[in-house]
Amino acid sequence: MREVFASTVQEVMADDPRVAVVIAEISRDAFRPSPRVVNVGIREQLMVGVGSGLALTGMRPVVHSYAPFLVERPYEQIKLDFGHQDVGGVFVSIGGSYDDPVWGRTHQSPGDVALFDSMPGWRVQVPGHPDEVEPMVRAALAADDRRYLRLSLRQNENAFPVVEGFTAVRRGSGGVVVAVGPMLDPVLAATADLDVTVLYATTIRPFDGAGLRAAVAASRADVLLVEPYLEGTSAHLASEALSDVPHRLRSLGVRRDAELRAYGTADDHDAAHDLDVLGIAAAARRLFTHPVAA
Amino acid sequence: MRVGEKTGFADIPALFERMTGDEKHEWAAASTLHVLWVLYDRVLDVSPDRVDDPDRDRFLLSKGHGPMAYYAVLAAKGFIEPSILDEWTSWDSPLGQHPDRVLVPGVEISSGSLGHGLPIAVGQAVGLRLQGRSSRVFVLVGDAELDEGSNHEAIALAGRLGLDNLTVVVVDNESGTHGWPGGVAARFAVEGWEASTVDGRDQGSLYEAFTAAHPGRPMVVVARVVAS
Repeated sequence: MREVFASTVQEVMADDPRVAVVIAEISRDAFRPSPRVVNVGIREQLMVGVGSGLALTGMRPVVHSYAPFLVERPYEQIKLDFGHQDVGGVFVSIGGSYDDPVWGRTHQSPGDVALFDSMPGWRVQVPGHPDEVEPMVRAALAADDRRYLRLSLRQNENAFPVVEGFTAVRRGSGGVVVAVGPMLDPVLAATADLDVTVLYATTIRPFDGAGLRAAVAASRADVLLVEPYLEGTSAHLASEALSDVPHRLRSLGVRRDAELRAYGTADDHDAAHDLDVLGIAAAARRLFTHPVAA
Repeated sequence: MRVGEKTGFADIPALFERMTGDEKHEWAAASTLHVLWVLYDRVLDVSPDRVDDPDRDRFLLSKGHGPMAYYAVLAAKGFIEPSILDEWTSWDSPLGQHPDRVLVPGVEISSGSLGHGLPIAVGQAVGLRLQGRSSRVFVLVGDAELDEGSNHEAIALAGRLGLDNLTVVVVDNESGTHGWPGGVAARFAVEGWEASTVDGRDQGSLYEAFTAAHPGRPMVVVARVVAS
């Protein structure tokens, strides 16, 4: 996904003088040298501030780093230098929740979407396939708003058209599963023998509450939300969308209750968080095959 | 006095009084006042009818705390209606204890949290240079504000990029708890900045310092306003 991101940005830059990239060493070799690619060194607060200053002069900044260094370390800069100044920009992270778990907790950012969710006006997109990245990046560069694109090494087998709301990948009468980005393939495998609707989400903010309501109306009001970041990050919006519908909601994601001090592979971490096929299947069975009380 | 009327420095105390009430002499204690006046009166290429002109100069009040001097100067120069000073910090006033660029014409950044203005100013200086514009960026920080590490990230990069369209004014009233042994200016000079230190209440010296040539490198003017 990173390669598609970098090549798309550089293609657009050739025609659009508004576009400039700000990085802090990470991915410096992914971009060809250009006056409009500013590597500030290992200075993440400055990276965000410089992006804001570029936006204030009318440019379209792309601010990019590894997720914890892009989002968590300079969180106040994002809140104030972009949100409070009311300027636009395109934030693009790599690394996801635990793409490279051998690096440990310092390089894991399961809370990134929740942090963006704490600030108004951000569009958050989580592609599940490299082919979805190019249209997302092109649309982001052509706009003026604030966007966060969460790129990952994890991906689904097939790409889907990038649309505003949720895409129904499968229809069923026994409930609704929302799979965000790279969670689609494990969700499809985990629910293969269940009669449920599977919605695929790449744009998770704004949240397609109308799409969820419609899917629930055509199925059953049992919803399983499967997100590749902090569990329940979108639960409040699912609840709000279904606030006048008696419903059950179960959220899967990166667990909140403990820091997982383990290395290994991303698959190992999926299993630990019940985000692998077995874990999702178990949660789906409990929710969808015990309709009265789990 | 209304927007558009010519006003001078002599009008500042009356404008202050609209915000402070009976505290008649509070204006004289404002550490930033002379710096702001010289910039808006004689240095900056800005005006109320060009607040969106991409070729205007930019002034960033990074140290947003204690904005009365700023509001008084903006009123004196016609950016805001002096009457709005009377109700400042009330519910629907555009003027708070920290300025908001979305609410106040002519205010370039919303500030209040320390250490944001200088990194943003570096981005503006880069952006203006990329666009081939000759506009300059001035940013005012406090000496204690320099405690924030984000400033030092910006000082290093601006020096390395040779941003000669950037001027930092450090209003130095020695308010930092741990201080800057060897002086504030040395922190910039070691990163390749043009640096000078002047009396922050001497408008002539401030003007000379602000307008000194600094080709190929950013400039810092340390305006000393230590109580005498």
